[in-house]
Amino acid sequence: MTDFNRRGLIAATAAFGALPTWQARAQAANTVRIGVLNDQSGLYRDVNGPGSVACVRQAIQDSGVTTRGVNVEVVVGDHQNRPDVGATVTRQWIDRDNVDVVLDVPTSSVAFAVNTIVRERNKIFLNSSAASSDLTGAQCSPNTIHWTYDTYMLAKSTGGAMVRAGGDTWFFLTADYAFGHALERDTSNFVRAAGGRVVGAVRTPFPGTDFSGFLVQAQASRAKVIGLANAGGDTINSIKQAAEFGLTRRGTKLAALLMFISDVHSLGLETAQGLVCTETFYWDLNDRTRAFTRRVLPQMPGGSLRPGMGQAGCYSAVMHYLKTVAEMGVPAARASGVETVNRMKAMPTDDDAMGQGSIRPDGRRLQPSYLFEVKSPRESSGPWDYYKLLQTTPAEEAFRPLAEGNCAFLRT
Amino acid sequence: MEEIFGIPTPLLFGQVLLGLINGAFYALLSLGLAVIFGMLNVINFTHGAQFMMGAFVAWMLLNYLGIGYWGALILAPLIVGFTGVILERTMIARLYKLDHLYGLLLTFGVGLIIEGLFRNEFGSSGLPYRIPPELTGAWDLGFMFMPVYRGWVVVVAVVMCLATWLVIEKTKIGSYLRAATENPALVQAFGINVPRMMTLTYGAGVALAAFAGVLAAPIYSVNPQMGANLIIIVFAVVVIGGMGSILGSVLTGFGLGVVEGLTKVFYPEASSTVIFVVMAIVLLARPAGLFGRS
Repeated sequence: MTDFNRRGLIAATAAFGALPTWQARAQAANTVRIGVLNDQSGLYRDVNGPGSVACVRQAIQDSGVTTRGVNVEVVVGDHQNRPDVGATVTRQWIDRDNVDVVLDVPTSSVAFAVNTIVRERNKIFLNSSAASSDLTGAQCSPNTIHWTYDTYMLAKSTGGAMVRAGGDTWFFLTADYAFGHALERDTSNFVRAAGGRVVGAVRTPFPGTDFSGFLVQAQASRAKVIGLANAGGDTINSIKQAAEFGLTRRGTKLAALLMFISDVHSLGLETAQGLVCTETFYWDLNDRTRAFTRRVLPQMPGGSLRPGMGQAGCYSAVMHYLKTVAEMGVPAARASGVETVNRMKAMPTDDDAMGQGSIRPDGRRLQPSYLFEVKSPRESSGPWDYYKLLQTTPAEEAFRPLAEGNCAFLRT
Repeated sequence: MEEIFGIPTPLLFGQVLLGLINGAFYALLSLGLAVIFGMLNVINFTHGAQFMMGAFVAWMLLNYLGIGYWGALILAPLIVGFTGVILERTMIARLYKLDHLYGLLLTFGVGLIIEGLFRNEFGSSGLPYRIPPELTGAWDLGFMFMPVYRGWVVVVAVVMCLATWLVIEKTKIGSYLRAATENPALVQAFGINVPRMMTLTYGAGVALAAFAGVLAAPIYSVNPQMGANLIIIVFAVVVIGGMGSILGSVLTGFGLGVVEGLTKVFYPEASSTVIFVVMAIVLLARPAGLFGRS
């Protein structure tokens, strides 16, 4: 081959190769990227995992933005509940893959890491599933919205109800990381404020399998209520083993401070009946939640797992984000995370899964919280008919008042 | 109330007892590992997945075929043991002549695949499995309530460990096995089918894991990661006991269960790491483990 020919070939190849890039660039200008970062393989998989991704895709479809020329791409990451892994994925997503929104992120210790990185890079963090109330308190960020629930709201609703029912002495089984500590702290405050007493707490390694040793310590403390400041598989094993050791039969009450419907499904009603828990979403709450569940169910893992509040929160957050993007236009929405979050705060939220709500300046999304009791096998009409509503706390009372959070960026 | 180091004595007794119960699981699992390593020289990282499979097969037998706990206690180890036999024949047998590392990588990978498949099919929250009606209830021991089922677990585990030890140390087939470990060529020259013996040994080790899985099903939630949580600890137990030492792994299993139980009272945060601290100390002082031959 002559030199000329070779050069010509290279030029032609380069030109040909560039063609799809042009097209891609044109499309990229109208593309937003959402990164769903959660536990895809461990104890929080059913609570979030692929179910959250299914809800995100449903939201993209329901929002109808694609018909208006907005292209939405979803990437999925497994943080394995480790802050270092979560931080690495987030950096890669933002720096290399042009991700605009990091979504979901259960496990508060991971969420704190993501919170910092997203703020540094001026992107958006829509947190549905990490619970620590510090995300809108000491660690608050103008780039973050805390969507679905937090430790303060869980503590107030479930903890308050238990104290009112006579449970005035508490012992905590606390998952030994940021989330467990925050939940224990917030619940203790409510117990003390209501005149109750915290007689002890034990920090359990996370994640755990055998809780019997800790349960026996709780029993020895003679507390009337054992507060489970843990979640997912930890909660399931604690409740299962508490039943095995006959704690509940002898009058000790369990407070499952964060429990999801998939946990109840795993425990079975025989073991879980009578427990109270607080959620911001239940698939069978009203016509809108039922309609949402009907739409998303075929995409949920196994086609049968009912969405829990963390997953429904992902749906709700993406619906609201895409509404904002459609209003602002993609280039403006991508330019500054803070600006987009401010626009999101300015609009009320409304969707089938979580109903109506609003977002406060500190990033806390407000909506009513629901206190449920788990039905007995006789009361339940079949699989997934698990909750009866005991009490609704209105949006303005459910969460920590703005002033008590001491959010730093609001003061400057 | 009497106290030891500021902890009420009854509470301490309770923790020792609970430690023994957890130790029973460690002992059963590390026993299977030790048998496999001792005979086959393979570090079986699939063990956790096979433990989990035992629990899941018990659940499937109940929900698909209506076979309860007692049937599962016999059938699940046989079924999972058989899958072990297939795994050994088709894959592991090809690695005996290579470095340990290859066996480790293969079994680790297979374990991850099995766990992934179960996670895809059944999710991560786990499935309910009830304690058999004959073993429900609890005894009041004065210092704590002891569920009947946990007592049963300890008794069965001890019996199983003793039986395995007797088979290997005191029977003819056990002596063949031990001889084949020392010098397979010579044993084969006496007309004994060594490869088949290896296969059956692996199957038996796997069956032991599955047996422990069935025992664990009513206590822990039956979920795909139940083995992964336990297996790392069990490996530490095997290392502390001395790789391949059967008696060593059983005694260490129970002993470390108690150490872990006591840590749960004195410094709960460290209860998941204490075993590894012990491992580090033992390796420094006795690199071959407490009962191993250097």
